[in-house]
Amino acid sequence: MRNDITRRDALALGLSAATVAATGVAAHAQSAIKAADVPAPKLPIEKGATLRMLRPVRFVQADEDVFRANAAKFTKDTGVEVKVDFVGWEDINQQTAVTANSGAGPDIIIGFSDAPHIYVDKLIELTDVADYVGKRYGGWLPLAQRYGKKNKSDTWIGLPFGASGGPLVYRKSILQSVGFDKVPEDHAGILDLCQKLQKAGKPAGFALGNAKGDGNGFANWALWSHNAALLDEEGNLTINSKETIAALNWVKQLYPTFIAGTTSWNDVSNNRAYAAQEIALTANGVSLYFSLKKDPATKAIADDTEHQLLPKGVAKISPMAGLTLNAMVFKHSQYPNAAKAFLQYMLEKDQYEPWLNANSGYWAQPLAAYADAAVWSQDPKVKLFKDTMNSTYYDGYAGPISTATGAVSADYVLIQMCASVATGAATPEAAAAEAEQRCKRYFRRQK
Amino acid sequence: MSVTTLSSPALAQRQPSWLVRLFDYKPFLVVMCLAPAIGLLAVFLTYPLGLGIWLAFTDTTIGRKGIFVGLDNFQYLLTDSLWWNAVFYSVIYTAIATFGKFALGFWLALLLNNHFPFKSLLRAIILLPWIVPTVLSALAFWWIYDPQFSIISYLLVDVLHWRTSNIDFLGSPWPARFSLIAANIWRGIPFVAISLLAGLQTISPSLYEAAMLDGASSWQRFRYITFPMMMPILAIVMTFSIIFTFTDFQLVYAITRGGPGNSTHLLATLAFQRGIAGGELGEGAAIAVSMIPFLVFATLFSYFGLARRKWQQGEAND
Repeated sequence: MRNDITRRDALALGLSAATVAATGVAAHAQSAIKAADVPAPKLPIEKGATLRMLRPVRFVQADEDVFRANAAKFTKDTGVEVKVDFVGWEDINQQTAVTANSGAGPDIIIGFSDAPHIYVDKLIELTDVADYVGKRYGGWLPLAQRYGKKNKSDTWIGLPFGASGGPLVYRKSILQSVGFDKVPEDHAGILDLCQKLQKAGKPAGFALGNAKGDGNGFANWALWSHNAALLDEEGNLTINSKETIAALNWVKQLYPTFIAGTTSWNDVSNNRAYAAQEIALTANGVSLYFSLKKDPATKAIADDTEHQLLPKGVAKISPMAGLTLNAMVFKHSQYPNAAKAFLQYMLEKDQYEPWLNANSGYWAQPLAAYADAAVWSQDPKVKLFKDTMNSTYYDGYAGPISTATGAVSADYVLIQMCASVATGAATPEAAAAEAEQRCKRYFRRQK
Repeated sequence: MSVTTLSSPALAQRQPSWLVRLFDYKPFLVVMCLAPAIGLLAVFLTYPLGLGIWLAFTDTTIGRKGIFVGLDNFQYLLTDSLWWNAVFYSVIYTAIATFGKFALGFWLALLLNNHFPFKSLLRAIILLPWIVPTVLSALAFWWIYDPQFSIISYLLVDVLHWRTSNIDFLGSPWPARFSLIAANIWRGIPFVAISLLAGLQTISPSLYEAAMLDGASSWQRFRYITFPMMMPILAIVMTFSIIFTFTDFQLVYAITRGGPGNSTHLLATLAFQRGIAGGELGEGAAIAVSMIPFLVFATLFSYFGLARRKWQQGEAND
């Protein structure tokens, strides 16, 4: 009996092995994902096409392994060579800016959330691919639509690949020891819990330093849970509002219950403090839980850890946005059809599902049908991340996404507003007025 | 009467070619020799500097070409409390750090100028903070200053029991500012110490011998020989030190990113934050350009103030 293994078989085996190693989920085993029979857009691949793409560096090794294997499969199937470069998260914005400004460089960049809105004039439309995969896989989720579509239109300028949420992470036993089963949904209840945690010597800690992910996450939550927002739906600045003042007053009350030093925390500080059992409550992505679970020395902490969506406060739903991977194709690409075909291929079930599973819940799907992926049923503590892209909150909420909304986040304007009030350096009114002045500067060209 | 002349081929053989004559022409030779250097300066120094100054007068953002806006960026900065805060901290940071580096560096140079065993080894060790990449130093200090895991807090709280709680080095403005200054001093001492040591070794021992014969005390020898003789090198080293300190970026950005509450932004970090992270290239360039008057003033002050020849000769200022 012959036992020939083709290159494709080998790739598939490697892909499955990487997925199993990461999650215990076989790549193609018993897939529950339904794909509708929808005609694919006609994308005749240009003769001699080759592609170069950039994407943020992997968080888990299997992310990169499966992504590369999928790209190799695309090459095998179409003959289009794809060179994938992984770059640091802090560098992707600068490299995208250089690519956009110079009109040279990668054909495709997977950037973060609002990147396509910043470089919209330099990108080709992806509506045909977006419509196809949307219809095929149960529709795009709200956060994907928000970041993928041009403002107030049905034109797709980005193809979201997934989002990472930052819900609450807490020690169940410690919360129980101070009389709580979970974190209350109202502001007074959260304050009460944090005060009791502090008295118990296991305080809460939320980043108030210049931390891109966790700092902005906390500031946004504080504002949104009070129905405060940077902009209204028309794009008018509403940051200096009575809702913002209420949020800042709450932060001022909450801050003394935190562990010392949160105003200097960066994105890794809360992970380390939680892992060292210095704090019992923070907000973070699933990465913290997984790093605890993987290390035998901290497995007990992982077993005692629970996740919870950010409390609503006075908002209608949990105000949690997700850091979104968002793919763009540049106009300078000589092979736009090949680029679009590649992205479409990567979002198809045969490629996307193993990749999603390989990420262990770190990235949540942008398309509804992938909610049935096996990764979401492997660990009940990860299930909560499944609906990350169902959120209607986003950076720049509740107005149109623009360069300015991205700049406000990158310049830590909202974090500094909260931090200055928390530390007593400014009154809520003064801090809101200063944030408004800074935002006006960023938004002066958006009208 | 006939006049005989040399045939033209013979004349051509004797006269140098135009190329040779051109290269014998001194002004041309000077221009040719300087051209590569001028070209390099134009491409790598003048162009970036000129572009930066031009950007400061535009509203360019990342991803969008700007238009000339005149002094708009500078007018905005004058109303921006964060810019004023960065100016304030840049001056404080430079003044205290430079003073600290010079006091400790000069003292160290005087110690190293003495004869003692393993002098060379010690001098090499002194250089360590200087040769370690700045980002690595910054990461080390970031750990040292960590609110939860600082080694200093550990020693004071858990080992010596002198405190009951950790020190929050970076959590409030002034402690954070002084923590960064301390890191800068630590990093800058070797440059000052080694430079001044080189200067000390140029002072002729005969001067000290003559002073000792005259009965001069050690303080008098320092006051009337070492200090005046060191003035030129002090002026140069201080000028460089002020420039390096005022334009520091890596230490501050890696340790605090300008926090808490933007209290530790230097002009350089604020320029990066606004220009690159915030995407406002024009405004970022304006912040960078706004550093030039401070640098020129500080440089002129330290150079001309300290390099006065009459000081070096022990005479009064005029």
